Amino acid sequence: MSEPPPSVTTQESPEAPRRPQPMERAGQTGRAVINSIVEGSPAVVTFLAIVAALFLGALLIAFTNDAVLHAWGQFFSNPGNAFAQAWDAVFAAYRAMFDGAIVSPATVAAAFHGGSVGAIFYPISQTLSDATPLILTGLSVAIAFRAGLFNIGAAGQWIGGAIVAGYLGFAVSLPPVIHVIVCLLGGIAGGAVVGWVPGELKARTGAHEVIVTIMLNYVMYNLLSYLLGTPKALQAPGQSNLISPNIAANAQLPHVGGPPPAVDAGFLVALAAAVAVGWLLNRSTIGFQFRTVGANPSAARSAGISVERAWVLVMAIAGALAGLSGASVIQGSAVHAITFNSYGTYGFDGITVALLGRAKPWGVVLAAILFGALHAGGTTMQAATSVPTDISQVIQGLIVLFVAAPPLIRVIFRLRHAQAGSMEAVAKGWNG
Amino acid sequence: MRLELQGITKRFGSLVANDHIDLVIEPGQIHALLGENGAGKTTLMNVLYGLLHPDEGEILIDDRPVSFRSPGDAIKAGIGMVHQHFMLVPVFTVAENVTLGAEPTRGLGLLDRRRARREVRELSERYGLNVDPDAYVEYLPVGSQQRVEIIKALRRDASVLILDEPTSVLTPGETEDLFRVIRELKAGGRSIVFISHKLKEVQAIADTITVIRRGRVVGERPPTATDAELAALMVGRPVELKVTKDVARPGATVLDVGGVSAIDDHGQTALNDVSFEVKAGEILGVAGVQGNGQTELCEALIGLRPVTAGSVLLDGKDLTQATARDRLRAGFGYVPEDRQEDGLVSDFSVAENLVLDVYDRPPFASGIALNLDAIGANAKTLVTEYDVRTPSPQQRVGALSGGNQQKVIIAREMSRDLRLLLASQPTRGLDVGSIEFVHRRIVEERDRGVAVLIVSSELDEIYALADRIAVMYEGKIVAFRPASVPVEELGMLMAGVVSDGEAGDGSADRADGRTGEVAEDAATGRPDPGDGRAGGTSEAGPS
Repeated sequence: MSEPPPSVTTQESPEAPRRPQPMERAGQTGRAVINSIVEGSPAVVTFLAIVAALFLGALLIAFTNDAVLHAWGQFFSNPGNAFAQAWDAVFAAYRAMFDGAIVSPATVAAAFHGGSVGAIFYPISQTLSDATPLILTGLSVAIAFRAGLFNIGAAGQWIGGAIVAGYLGFAVSLPPVIHVIVCLLGGIAGGAVVGWVPGELKARTGAHEVIVTIMLNYVMYNLLSYLLGTPKALQAPGQSNLISPNIAANAQLPHVGGPPPAVDAGFLVALAAAVAVGWLLNRSTIGFQFRTVGANPSAARSAGISVERAWVLVMAIAGALAGLSGASVIQGSAVHAITFNSYGTYGFDGITVALLGRAKPWGVVLAAILFGALHAGGTTMQAATSVPTDISQVIQGLIVLFVAAPPLIRVIFRLRHAQAGSMEAVAKGWNG
Repeated sequence: MRLELQGITKRFGSLVANDHIDLVIEPGQIHALLGENGAGKTTLMNVLYGLLHPDEGEILIDDRPVSFRSPGDAIKAGIGMVHQHFMLVPVFTVAENVTLGAEPTRGLGLLDRRRARREVRELSERYGLNVDPDAYVEYLPVGSQQRVEIIKALRRDASVLILDEPTSVLTPGETEDLFRVIRELKAGGRSIVFISHKLKEVQAIADTITVIRRGRVVGERPPTATDAELAALMVGRPVELKVTKDVARPGATVLDVGGVSAIDDHGQTALNDVSFEVKAGEILGVAGVQGNGQTELCEALIGLRPVTAGSVLLDGKDLTQATARDRLRAGFGYVPEDRQEDGLVSDFSVAENLVLDVYDRPPFASGIALNLDAIGANAKTLVTEYDVRTPSPQQRVGALSGGNQQKVIIAREMSRDLRLLLASQPTRGLDVGSIEFVHRRIVEERDRGVAVLIVSSELDEIYALADRIAVMYEGKIVAFRPASVPVEELGMLMAGVVSDGEAGDGSADRADGRTGEVAEDAATGRPDPGDGRAGGTSEAGPS
């Protein structure tokens, strides 16, 4: 009983559409902007999700603060103080976060009085540095998603890349620039192999990539733990901890613009990767295949595209990106060695970054920078105000929660429901 | 019960699906609503059935205004609806399905199964519906399932019964049965609203025909109105109903299918030793009730379904093991049965869909780089040439109407150099205007010397296009007939009734197929070029 409502583009209008006049066009643009706000275009919903998450984060900051709780205990004798205390706590925490993530007014003032100019850029460089591995794992998840696959295995692929890059870093001796490149390529190869396995298994046996990638993560954790604990493998000589030897200085990613900014060439590598993925997806035949397979595998088959081959290839590329992330951390971080904690949460944060960035390369870059800022700022916030850095994790989680549930944002901000489309597709279309 | 709709208007956003529609359904009348897909017929009936609420206008029953908040209200008022897609629980029996939602009970809330069965049997006998109350719905043929839906409505005392495109799933025989039932119901004093876009059916069954176009009533006609008049009303301009085509001039054999067998998704035999050939410049129409292996046949021919036996030859080259990609490269054109599912990527633009199977070949790609300019230029040309109504080539294909979506597929496939065009249900769900267009392009392709294979469950389409007809039944080609075969005979063949001597085995089919050709060739005074080869391949097939 579904006779679709007549399409806008049916048989009528034999005359060509009238060219809009300039004034009219300006009006149309204005209307389009307003429409996209009230109807909740993806960008608007993302922005509002961040606002809502910061608001809930503010409540958490306020009501985990002893002074605030005390003031609220005396709410009826002094209501003004209760609000003032809450405001102060939240303001101090978010200010510290801003200082740590973007720019601190104190360093700007200091620069005018003969202080270091570089120090002004320290927070933003910290943000970009924290964002670098997230861009790469985010791209890894995003490109697989565009081909209809849910890559939960960025964590394992990350480890694969880190192992190869790290090993090449300390076991081989090469000239300066070449060593960096060889290690990065090693990371790409290591991750690609780990990513290729679930792709090949899905293509050959139909094994679901979600299950295989999750399980491979455990395999890779334990492989890393074994290698780092085995002296003849990756463990540094004379160490009883799970740590590898330091990589050679030649293999370390150079800093951009020298210290104090902490951002290194890895960030540029990540940006280059985003450009490459963007080109691959939108301007190449391979990306066309990926997108076709992701959007409609049956149509892809009918058009003669090998869905299986696309799965294998996209998983290898996704693995390569996650592996590159591993290499960028090992070659770029302060530690310069593989430890059992190296992998952190990059792999899983990649999923949230891809989700927030709507599986588009530039969206991923922006989302990763936001998460990098929350991370860098969270550390400063903890140091300055004793608000635990976990709060920034909570905010990250809330942002993703709101992004994944656009109807929630619509209700909260009373947006009209219209042309839902792309967003819900990202939120629930993970190829179940 | 006299039912009247006054000034019903229903808008979806800026679209006006129903625009001040007035309609009177007199008691004991069969009232047909005729209109193209998307004209607003179903919307109107959903308003009447309480599924949608009109923005303006009112519904009157026996001159008293009523308002339906839900289908429940409509049912209480005596309106029943049989949807295009049945609302039945497959694992329940007929009686259980019929009583679902209004179960007869004895004290303590126990189901009164005996009464349920009795009620179904009584209704079935009274209207000649011939339905066994204890049969499980999942094992019933589609026509019987539809009658279960009718019983469901009757049991709730529907005095107005709405049938939404009821014949779209039926064989010609089942359609006849349905018409008989409808006439019985009319004789019992009930009124029927018969929604359809098929002219012939409407003319055959209706007492009054209301034509709807673009959400408006554009005319009311008696069933004696001519095809051309009704079609022109529906489309809004004069329409060529019959494809004008010359006699086919078949050339050499292009597609040679020998003894092909294949299994379906459930591991059951779907194709059983199918053999036929299609020559350059002829259209072979494969007729048959849906679900008799046509889907699998197309998939096997294009290389999406592995064959368990037999061979597929294109221009004498064995493509039995070739991939879909290789076959498309070899000159297959493929218009899949389910355009939304297999033919298009609805989230892609028109331009992208127009290169879906040639995106990696020059001029659209050099190396692995796409040439977006060439893709855009190609889209611009094809959109004009094939009259695809889209605001721009960058428009999402999913936002186009069904007819325009099909034009995108046709344009894509026919813009390549084809040897064989394989089109399955090429005009399903399309309006009269688009059907005319698609049929004309297919005939043009034939005249250019392409071998054309049309698979369709619409007999009108088979008759309009085919130069030769093959009938499929239960995975076999049971007969070949010339295009002049009477519809009664074709209907019998589609139902599996085959006269002695041609049932079953492939070689007999093959021989019969050639009889048709010979007759035709005799008419055009030319010898049959495929005569010598045909026997040989049919023997070679099953090996």
